[in-house]
Amino acid sequence: MTSKNSKRFDDVRPGEALPELAIPITTTLIASAAIATRDYFPGHHDMEAAQQLGSPHVFMNILTTSGLTQRFIEGWAGPAARFKDLKIKLGAPNYPGDTMTFSGEVVRTDAATREVDVALKGKNSMGSHVTGMATLVLP
Amino acid sequence: MAEQEWMSEVRAKVGREYGRVYAWDEVNAPMIRQWCEVMRVDNPLYLDADYAATTEFGGIVAPPAMLQAWCLEGLHMNNYAPGSTDENPYEVLKTMEAHGFPSVVAVNSDLHFDRYVKLGEKLYYTTRLDAVGEEKTTALGTGYFVTLIMSFFSQKPAGDAGDDERVGQLLFRVFKFRPANVPKPVEKSAAPAVPKFKRPKPGVSDDTRFFWEGVDAGKLMIQRCTCCSTLRHPPAPVCIKCHSFDWDTVEASGKGSLYSFVVMHYPEVPPFEHPNPIGLIELDEGVRLVAGLVGVKRDEIRIGQRVQVEFQSFDDGELTLPMFRPVAA
Repeated sequence: MTSKNSKRFDDVRPGEALPELAIPITTTLIASAAIATRDYFPGHHDMEAAQQLGSPHVFMNILTTSGLTQRFIEGWAGPAARFKDLKIKLGAPNYPGDTMTFSGEVVRTDAATREVDVALKGKNSMGSHVTGMATLVLP
Repeated sequence: MAEQEWMSEVRAKVGREYGRVYAWDEVNAPMIRQWCEVMRVDNPLYLDADYAATTEFGGIVAPPAMLQAWCLEGLHMNNYAPGSTDENPYEVLKTMEAHGFPSVVAVNSDLHFDRYVKLGEKLYYTTRLDAVGEEKTTALGTGYFVTLIMSFFSQKPAGDAGDDERVGQLLFRVFKFRPANVPKPVEKSAAPAVPKFKRPKPGVSDDTRFFWEGVDAGKLMIQRCTCCSTLRHPPAPVCIKCHSFDWDTVEASGKGSLYSFVVMHYPEVPPFEHPNPIGLIELDEGVRLVAGLVGVKRDEIRIGQRVQVEFQSFDDGELTLPMFRPVAA
């Protein structure tokens, strides 16, 4: 939950771990988030269409992964953080019935720009769904 | 190997810029609210007008990760908003498809934000075909990494002078490939979508059976030559010292010290935890064996550390493995 309290740059050190965030992956989440990101590709909401493509079930779209990654990062950083970059690499798909658990760690701070790099990973039972790096500016 | 001729047609397009694709809707509160509802994002910067008014933006802004969503065509494929280009930024993928590379998987999505966008802004993007890699073979198959860079702009209101301002950029990379295993439609079944990954099982032979039966019984058994009493591990049919075929077994104390170790970071293979520390343990009886380490921090593992065996059960009791845990010297 994002409170109105934000991390301040001076409070953050490289090596700080972010609180983990476990997200249950459901058909409802995959389908509704695909539509909320205006992605109507059938593989994200129609199980039979997904199976025709060789997937066991509907699978999460990239824009949802980006959204959930943003949520994980700003849940820690708070509403005064400003994203400069959100770079993700995609791996194992997210299927209904799985759980994706985000973890992250501060890997760089730059006092001149007040930038903070957070390395992140979202793992499900098949491996890493997403790995990446977020760059934030903190107050 | 010389590249196939049709690829020169693809390579000739690298660097090409493709025209504008407009958003159907201006940046608006209902779409933001619904996006936040589904993602369970509760940042007041996107949802609470009073809070947002106190920020440098003076009002609600869109969640940055929504950037692409504004400009997607929606339900009807390729039905872009009026004024959008007819060019297809993905034309090189079509060329590859025609030459036997039918599958595609997204690999990277790198978003950069020049600034946040406010309610009422009208966005569009242009695309540049940034790069087409050399032919590569991955676990998925053989093909090409294709990188597109989309630049997002905010349209100036009619009558305003100057150029439209860039608000963000997306580097989008896909792997366009000929699959190593042709995907087949999945049969309908009651099986769960998420496959359950189990640990690989040991191959058990007449030489090694005693070891695994010992492990199942909570004992660490070591092979011993009955002629010269030399211990040996891993199990083998012949004594390495006197070449006798005669052997029996003794139960080891399970105590030893860490002779060497590795920590597996990559690739991450389910169902193992990563980083995954693996030890080469020298038992007090004198033989060494390879086993997983438990209860260690990867920065604190050291050669010579005293360890003690413990037997852990995996996969609902299908497999028991000897693992080693650090103990006080």
